Amino acid sequence: MEGGGPVTGTMSETMTQASGDVAQMNMIQAINSALDVMMGRDPDVVVMGEDVGYFGGVFRATAGLQQKYGKNRVFDTPITECGIIGVAVGMGAYGLRPVPEIQFADYIYPALDQLVSEAARLRYRSAGEFISPMTVRSPFGGGIFGGQTHSQSPEGIFTHVSGVKTVIPSTPYDAKGLLIAAIEDNDPVIFFEPKRIYNGPFDGHYDTPARSWAGHEAAQVPKGYYRVPLGEARVARAGGALTVLCYGTMVHVVENTVAEMGVDAEILDLRTLVPLDIEAIERSVKKTGRCLIVHEATRTSGFGAELSAQVQERCFYHLEAPIERVTGFDTPYPHSLEWAYFPGPVRIREAINKIMKD
Amino acid sequence: MSDRIDSDAGRQEAGRNLPPLRLHVPEPKFRPGDTADFSDFDIPPAGAQARPDEVAQPGEMRDLAYGLVRVLDEAGVAVGPWDPKLPAETLLRMLRAMALTRAFDARMFRAQRQGKTSFYMKSTGEEAVSIGAAAALASDDMCFPSYRQQGILIARGWPIVDMMNQIYSNKGDRLKGRQLPIMYSAREAGFFSISGNLTTQYPQAVGWAMASAARGDTRIAATWCGEGSTAEGDFHSACTFASVYRAPVIMNVVNNQWAISSFSGFAGAEATTFAARAIGYGIAGLRVDGNDALAVYAATRWAADRARANAGPTLIEHFTYRVEGHSTSDDPSAYRSADEASHWPLGDPIARLKKHCIALGIWDEERHAAMDKELAEMVHDAAREAEKNGILGHGLHHPMESMFEDVFEEMPWHLKEQQQKMLEEWKAAGL
Ligand SMILES: Cc1ncc(C[n+]2csc(CCOP(=O)(O)OP(=O)(O)O)c2C)c(N)n1
Ligand SMILES: [Mg+2]
Repeated sequence: MEGGGPVTGTMSETMTQASGDVAQMNMIQAINSALDVMMGRDPDVVVMGEDVGYFGGVFRATAGLQQKYGKNRVFDTPITECGIIGVAVGMGAYGLRPVPEIQFADYIYPALDQLVSEAARLRYRSAGEFISPMTVRSPFGGGIFGGQTHSQSPEGIFTHVSGVKTVIPSTPYDAKGLLIAAIEDNDPVIFFEPKRIYNGPFDGHYDTPARSWAGHEAAQVPKGYYRVPLGEARVARAGGALTVLCYGTMVHVVENTVAEMGVDAEILDLRTLVPLDIEAIERSVKKTGRCLIVHEATRTSGFGAELSAQVQERCFYHLEAPIERVTGFDTPYPHSLEWAYFPGPVRIREAINKIMKD
Repeated sequence: MSDRIDSDAGRQEAGRNLPPLRLHVPEPKFRPGDTADFSDFDIPPAGAQARPDEVAQPGEMRDLAYGLVRVLDEAGVAVGPWDPKLPAETLLRMLRAMALTRAFDARMFRAQRQGKTSFYMKSTGEEAVSIGAAAALASDDMCFPSYRQQGILIARGWPIVDMMNQIYSNKGDRLKGRQLPIMYSAREAGFFSISGNLTTQYPQAVGWAMASAARGDTRIAATWCGEGSTAEGDFHSACTFASVYRAPVIMNVVNNQWAISSFSGFAGAEATTFAARAIGYGIAGLRVDGNDALAVYAATRWAADRARANAGPTLIEHFTYRVEGHSTSDDPSAYRSADEASHWPLGDPIARLKKHCIALGIWDEERHAAMDKELAEMVHDAAREAEKNGILGHGLHHPMESMFEDVFEEMPWHLKEQQQKMLEEWKAAGL
């Protein structure tokens, strides 16, 4: 089967569409659109997972795709995450480009062996004879009162594994462009979708009414094909006082907290954790001399530890204050105390004050 | 390459007119808008199934994995060799526990809709599965349930206020607000902590049973999962261990036909029954009318006696129907025919047991109506009581610092530090 290779257009990297080709989308619609565009372009792309077929997914991310592309290309699967990923490895070996969904990131663990020992190492152990070009989509993160099995952020488990890329979008525009780039990528990609911001950005204040994506600049999404390349961070806010490294839901929480504080922070939305945009990080931290790292995942051995080490190794002589981390606590995600656990504005504010004091 | 033996001549010689391969993707019979018609269902009459000796070899009883053990006939009369011949008192206690479970579900579903908690899951139509089993097990046998066996706790007399405190995640919740509603844990009731991750309880039940056997104990273990969950690897690991060590365990598959939006065909039901999974593992398999409380009781009792006689594990498929949505987050009208539940050929488990009790002359409509009213009031009062301890998101929860407890037996320095810092930060923020 031909036609599955990555489309390496440079023209399409930028948003050149006429305004008529742009629609207002929330993150789910943007993801759905990315899948639709890729299934239309590449007959090798197949979508599979629990409840993704007729029903269109418990979050509706695959709605309408089975109707449009048929059951050979969009199908429900038995409830076995290990099986889903193992089958996706086999389909990839045949030449397809599977996009399996794991219903919640909290349920990815039964698939770890197939992901870590198989998908991630297939290229290496066969010296490139076989590849595993799958993109595993999975909603992750808390903030929806999902308790410990619908709230976790396990990205650090995957960034620790050689051979998988890890991608986390924070806006509808990026979600679509990154997902297209992930599907076209010939290596396995873990694509974690921050479900708290599926329907609207979240400023960290859980007790104020939820906002929708309507009116948000990054909710203007081209209907057609475009890529947001993997491995490139986005400057969510330019500034000079300190650098904040974050991704997913936390980008919005940080943006809002910084605005409330009136701090001239530079916020980097990393978008891809592996491979990391180290140049963007280095450039920013060398400019500001201060660095805060924010993620929702637990602290110990979290991705923030890697970021902190990188910044220390590369920017030590530019640092004017110790690097700070604001993260989830090293406990399982609690249900009733969700908002005490969530690394929200209170904790981010404290950390920024501390960094700026020195 | 003259040594090669894997000639593909067969495929070549068969000519170029081999049919293209086809992928089979299962499809349920009815979708929204269709009229559900179960007339082609092969439902054996009540009493028709033979009852082997409890210590029979699995190979001698394969038919039972494909049949359907049924006790209650259309007239509500208990017939055949599986009739457990229960005393009136037990029958009425089972009926009451089933009705209480249904009333509890109705109330808690409504509480979620009223914003008092985040989530709820009903077991409507499946009450016989939990309560028939709980009645047949000894009270100290250990249960490893899924999230749809609240009936076991109710049948074991666990206080419903305690269950509601868990659902409200309030300061009265013994589980300290840690778990999603309905993910109970009740060690004293022999009820293992429920996991949100499907089928993990299966090998755990086998392990508990192996431990009990290794220690020369007399207690057995029982576990439950949905038919959809049998696809998980843990199900198959459990069957292998149970078979290898002849573990004193009862493995229940609650086949309620649906796994969220996926019908049982996605777990393999187009090809065989779930009870027949037992055959490949060399363990006893029974397929039971899950809406017949007496059949569930009888099968569980048979399996329990077998386990206690060191004759090994049993896999029981309970053939039933999920009458309501998967959970409060689900709308089944998007993927299945709306009238499946009302057309379900095996009826309603409560109505069937009630009919039986009336036929026996130990019960009547008036008493049943009075009981329903009493149970609704009881559940209502219990909810009031639980709400005094708080509802989700309204401040009456366990103290914030409790979040760091129970991660380990002793709190290590890093958790102490995080706990301390959190309290200072919230104090500094004036919260
Ligand atoms: C490991 C894992 N994968 C996926 C899920 C999401 N999930 C929760 S319930 C469910 C369906 C289970 O169906 P079934 O086993 O038939 O049980 P039922 O809900 O019908 O009682 C799914 C897919 C989960 N909880 N855990
Ligand atoms: Mg089911």
